[in-house]
Amino acid sequence: MKNFGRHRSVAAAVLAASALVLTAACDSGSTGDDGAPAISIAFSVSTLNNPFFVQLRDGAEQAAKDMGVKLIVQDAQNDATKQINDVQSFVTQKVQAILVNAVETDQSAPIATAARNAMIPLVAVDRSIDGPVVSEVTSDNVQGGQLAAEALAKAVGPGDVVTLQGISGTSASRDRDEGFTQGMALRSSIRVVTKKGAEFDRAKGMDVMTALMQSQPKLKGVFAENDEMALGAAKALGARAGKDVMIVGFDGTPDALAAVQGGSLAATIAQQPRELGRLAVEQAVKTVRKEKVRQLIEVPVKVVTKDNVAGFRN
Amino acid sequence: MTTTLVERDDDRIDLRRLLSDNGALGGLIVLVLALAVMAPNFLTAQNLLNVGVQAAVVAVLAFGQTFVIVSGGIDLSVGSVAALSGMVAAWSFTEAGLPGWLALVAGLVTGLAAGLVNGVMVSYGRLPAFIATLAMLSVARGLTLVVSDGTPKSTPDEITALGSTIGDYLPVPLLVMLLVFGLTGIILTRTYAGRTMYAVGGNADAARLSGINVRRSTLVVYGLAGVFAAVAGLLLAGRLASAGPQAAVGYELDAIAAVVIGGASLSGGVGRATGTFVGALVLAVLRNGLNQLQVTPFWQQVVIGVVIALAVLFDTLRRRNK
Repeated sequence: MKNFGRHRSVAAAVLAASALVLTAACDSGSTGDDGAPAISIAFSVSTLNNPFFVQLRDGAEQAAKDMGVKLIVQDAQNDATKQINDVQSFVTQKVQAILVNAVETDQSAPIATAARNAMIPLVAVDRSIDGPVVSEVTSDNVQGGQLAAEALAKAVGPGDVVTLQGISGTSASRDRDEGFTQGMALRSSIRVVTKKGAEFDRAKGMDVMTALMQSQPKLKGVFAENDEMALGAAKALGARAGKDVMIVGFDGTPDALAAVQGGSLAATIAQQPRELGRLAVEQAVKTVRKEKVRQLIEVPVKVVTKDNVAGFRN
Repeated sequence: MTTTLVERDDDRIDLRRLLSDNGALGGLIVLVLALAVMAPNFLTAQNLLNVGVQAAVVAVLAFGQTFVIVSGGIDLSVGSVAALSGMVAAWSFTEAGLPGWLALVAGLVTGLAAGLVNGVMVSYGRLPAFIATLAMLSVARGLTLVVSDGTPKSTPDEITALGSTIGDYLPVPLLVMLLVFGLTGIILTRTYAGRTMYAVGGNADAARLSGINVRRSTLVVYGLAGVFAAVAGLLLAGRLASAGPQAAVGYELDAIAAVVIGGASLSGGVGRATGTFVGALVLAVLRNGLNQLQVTPFWQQVVIGVVIALAVLFDTLRRRNK
């Protein structure tokens, strides 16, 4: 049949594989094998395709560097299965603590199980985990949602607004929605006409907003549960953003702060992702050192409008 | 002719035959050896079991894909069909109140149905396989979102068991993968249906003229791919103890890559269960190993892409040189 000469590809595959492994090894050289620090911890991030989580990682890496501990970071690429695989790899690498920023709170139980079986302490970062953790470091998302309601009401006055929801299984989305709904309940002149999911994604936020412009022509305001969706919505609205339709985002990413300055976003709720990352690493290291950790740390959030945006853009 | 890996030890004929039958196997062995040296925790029993579990979903998808590719087609819908099957199973249990085992069956039937629709579109509708299954990719993902209403649904114990371990060490996904591997080998080499896949993939007209019912063969092929996708979807849901609306996005590409790394030809007529198995293991070992070596996630994707390209490149060169 067609099998003649297939052994040639053996040699080829061998070469390819070894070359790649060597390349890979060189890449990882920067983490440094010599002088092996005593403590090694690992961090699984939900996605690095979002500036908020990139800042979160940066904060964690900076803290690890400052404290002299080794930090391994993996990107779950918003795939709950990949996140479990990554955590399993952390376990086999015998790290002493694992930080997890869950892809979905609802699908995170196996992560907690894997860590518990290996008796490795778990720290939940930004989103809750369905299982026991030694510490959870998060923004006060409920308070953030309330602040967003207040900011949107102030910008819109009376009228109809919509909510762009994030990934529905995440605690961040749930808590922001809860806070926003509470805030809206206090105000009778402003009303949420519909809630649409856009998965915390800018392109999806734009698509959903485009559809909403057709179905809700009288719309006066938008609350997006993160800045990426808010910026997508602003893009869909074009010149109407900030004039006819007011948008409030959440996160305080650099792009969003620029948009607040430029006027296309009415406000954003600034989180402190670097601070979140730093505190999470701190808690993990404290656990390893058998020091006392705080079970829940809620990092305060702040409303950013045109009046105070300058202070947030370094 | 050319040199082989095992040229020196002539008494190990079996290994030599195995290697020359299976280009990717040599690559896999070297990969494993290199990782064993470079990553101290790679060659531990626990990690190797992890690799097996991590390979399982893509491997099962890839076995289904092997039938399709051998018969000269392609199935882009397997990732979405896996998600839909898992979601229908979870929905049947949580919302429709079916008993767990029946929910599992409902998931399998969903996969079969989606596969048969693909088969009908390709054989009777004469749509190119690429287009028919691209349409199904979108439809199945959309239906998954409709059924789930955008939120994950928890699975019954019968399905969760598929993602767990027997005792302390024996992972069920690994067993399912091996079972499906054996089944694929038997179907491809020992059954009439399997032999007709090679005939159809080699030359559909010649197959038809020699009395093979090509349409029926196509239906069988896509039906099998659908059922295998359903098994993969149930495994995936089992591991997470819930079915997610965004599960298995992009997994069809991993499955196709595994088949192609395993030495199958996208022009049809060539491909084996062992090749696909090795291909799936190469991907899983590579992912796991790059993790262990702490290669940054962005570089991992680059490396995996390069491996896929090289595997196919060498395969093409080999064919051209013949």
